[in-house]
Amino acid sequence: MVRVLINVPKQIHANEPFEVKVLISHPMESGQRRDQMGQAIPRDIINHFIATLDGETVLDADFFPAIAANPFLSFSVVAEKSGTLALTFVDDHGVTQTELTAITVT
Amino acid sequence: MTLPRRRFVLFAACVAVPPAGATPAEVAALIQALVGDAPLKDGLIHLDLPVMVENGNAVAMSVSVADPPSPVEAIHVFAEGNPLPRVAVFRFGPRSGAPRVATRMRLATSQTVIAIAKLRDGTCWRDSVDLLVTLAACIE
Repeated sequence: MVRVLINVPKQIHANEPFEVKVLISHPMESGQRRDQMGQAIPRDIINHFIATLDGETVLDADFFPAIAANPFLSFSVVAEKSGTLALTFVDDHGVTQTELTAITVT
Repeated sequence: MTLPRRRFVLFAACVAVPPAGATPAEVAALIQALVGDAPLKDGLIHLDLPVMVENGNAVAMSVSVADPPSPVEAIHVFAEGNPLPRVAVFRFGPRSGAPRVATRMRLATSQTVIAIAKLRDGTCWRDSVDLLVTLAACIE
């Protein structure tokens, strides 16, 4: 499990795009580094990120080792009505984690 | 039994060579595979990266497409000088407010970073940034 910070604006208007910011606490080990014994440190990154709003896709992203440690992501969402924003992360071990955030349209 | 010194030095030199970086040709091949026969033009997409990078471990990158004539299907980002040339792929769904994404990336050396936007009408757009990296993302 990784720690995730999600920032959604307080005021959201219908059909007006708003920014969602996500900060994930993850080492994003690139697989390029070696430890003190010269052994390759195995790759361990979040390789897939999916954001959906009530089941409809917002953003579907593939990450490669060139994404920095503790990945930050900012993207735009448009909502017609209040709903639930689901952010799903998949790591190299196949572990899937989903974070839910309520979106309130005023 | 001790390893002869010369052979050890030769062996160590071979092992210590860091993995070779991606080459512009490799990136061009990846882009060719992605774009196919579709026309690839400069413009429309905007890749925002600092020209002078002090720390390659986390470089703020943002990429956006302003007023696309047809919906943006995906944005691909490539780094020519990194050990692995692919950086990220962003696919936009129906609930996306605008084809705009920001993240932080690693840069192994001074290089050219390329972003390709693929639109639903089949056209592809390209933008690139040449940048200088003072402190490379740690390979050690």
